[in-house]
Amino acid sequence: MTPPLRGPAWFALKQDVEDFLYMEADLLDQRMFREWLDLLAEDLVYFMPIRRNVKFGQHAEKENTRQGEGISWFDEDKWTLGKRVEQILTGVHYAEEPLSRVTHMVSNVRLLEVAPSVDDAAEVVVGCRFLVYQNRVEYETNTFVGRRIDTLRRNGDSWLIARREMILEQNVLMAKNLSILF
Amino acid sequence: MTMLPIDQMIDIARGTISREIFVAPEFHREELDKLFTRAWLFVGHESQIPNKRDFFVSRMGDESVILCRDTLGKVHVFLNSCRHRGMKVCRYESGNTSLFVCPYHSWSYTTDGKLQGVPLYRVLYEGNLDRAEWSLIETPKLEIYKGTVWASWDPAAPDFMTYLGDAVDHLDQVLDCRDGRPGGSEVIGIHKWILPANWKFAAENFLGDTYHNPSHRSVDMIGIGPSARAGQTGRRDNEYNKGQHVWVNYPAGHGVHSVWMPPDFEYQPSYMQYPIVDEYFRHCFNERKQRLGDKARIMPFTGNLFPNTSYHGRQPRGLCVWHPHSPTETEAWRFFLVDADAPAEVKDVLRRFYMRYSGPAGMTEQDDMENWLYATKASTGTIARRYPFNYQQSMGATARGDFMAGDVSVQITEQNARNYYQVYARYLKGDGWDSLLGRGDVVRQAAE
Repeated sequence: MTPPLRGPAWFALKQDVEDFLYMEADLLDQRMFREWLDLLAEDLVYFMPIRRNVKFGQHAEKENTRQGEGISWFDEDKWTLGKRVEQILTGVHYAEEPLSRVTHMVSNVRLLEVAPSVDDAAEVVVGCRFLVYQNRVEYETNTFVGRRIDTLRRNGDSWLIARREMILEQNVLMAKNLSILF
Repeated sequence: MTMLPIDQMIDIARGTISREIFVAPEFHREELDKLFTRAWLFVGHESQIPNKRDFFVSRMGDESVILCRDTLGKVHVFLNSCRHRGMKVCRYESGNTSLFVCPYHSWSYTTDGKLQGVPLYRVLYEGNLDRAEWSLIETPKLEIYKGTVWASWDPAAPDFMTYLGDAVDHLDQVLDCRDGRPGGSEVIGIHKWILPANWKFAAENFLGDTYHNPSHRSVDMIGIGPSARAGQTGRRDNEYNKGQHVWVNYPAGHGVHSVWMPPDFEYQPSYMQYPIVDEYFRHCFNERKQRLGDKARIMPFTGNLFPNTSYHGRQPRGLCVWHPHSPTETEAWRFFLVDADAPAEVKDVLRRFYMRYSGPAGMTEQDDMENWLYATKASTGTIARRYPFNYQQSMGATARGDFMAGDVSVQITEQNARNYYQVYARYLKGDGWDSLLGRGDVVRQAAE
């Protein structure tokens, strides 16, 4: 795909995509987990690699674990995310009972790819930064910061998330759990 | 000898253990000095360093170590600290190198640990520094068992198989191929994470604390197991439904929870929505039975090898090491295992199951982490520390099994934990190896 031309249609598309990402983040922060699930495509890929400390020059090859191979923090599908939501909604998933307070900040939104065209976008690849703040029970606080690359698919007036890659800027995970959704 | 009132705090006869050992900085220091410097610790797996000059940076207790295969193929474990000013000589997690070069003053070490390069040696050091005496600090004891690498800092430590004792029958069920061939596993990935809890909560959890099952109610309700998509609830396949659960402990402090299957036990369908994987495990099951005979009747759940190496035996399968950072913080490392020669589709289904079950992103273990965190936090207070934990579960109900080596219980018990802390106390008191291996324990058992 070629980089899209930055005309009014491009800016309108970017605004539309940004609005979608903010709305989606709000669903999670409002704990509307089932509604959030509805935004996921049936063939969703949800992937968070584990980051490694590697020698200069080996980053492309070795820094991140790879989707479809070995062990990552997340390398899963919509069914598994559905299970995560179902688990929270049992009310006895103690790692999220009582529920955490979470805010998703999304910024640095950029359209990376648009297909087939800006005027008739059926699929877009969107890059952004995330800052996810979690506070639970009394004093437990985690801040997850990183880059995200999402593939969104046109769904009527809205979008479905077809792929989400979350590149967390940590090596040893500094939180005891990744019990929240990204 | 230690000044801590250990016998008072670890009162096995009464079945009480002081909270101090879980939260007090004095105990943390004593553990690092007297336990982690002596016990056999898991360092890594040969599949992580298959070639000459391969290295993998690991941990022993609170210290960074380098697991390395030298240019002749020999495996070493070195303290990751330059002999000159202590800088880490390696800050990459794994790789292949002919030299470890310290970034600080550029002393360099070969893969067998020898000090090779000392900048301006002739001018600054000749006649004073004997390079042969300034190699990287190496563990005096290292053994490889079925691919797993273990090390001890105590030159007087018994060999690893003596240390392991009869717990080997259960560890084998983790390390051997699913079809019963010895060894043959590989590490497919590692989790590393920080949990704000005392490391012993984690070790004890795997040691045989089956009583904590209710905390996993949410996954049992919704079903996340290998056959969950086929409508099965629970967090694993029900492979063991006809077996006798056993909780077994050993004189050196190890404890396991396994199942002793009846002689005529049959394969239970598993991985049900993946016919190829189900068929593979059916095949392995039958091969294993043929190959191992009566030993095949041992099916593993979990265990903890003293002091801090835990395992999951089958669903999921891997080794976990709990490295203390402080009394109230632990760095957890999990090594996920599969048979190296398993078909690609089998490995893929397994890794997906491992990820949704295990570790900080695992739906099952998230609840463990919550328990360990708040159990630690709620035990740090002055009042809380006056009141010991209760370890009286199934006291006196343990019998030496006639069907299996070790001290065997056929009901849920805290005997594994009582035994573990008895051995733990001996380390903190600085006992000799005969005592640490429980060689005086005939008397203890008769007295109970």
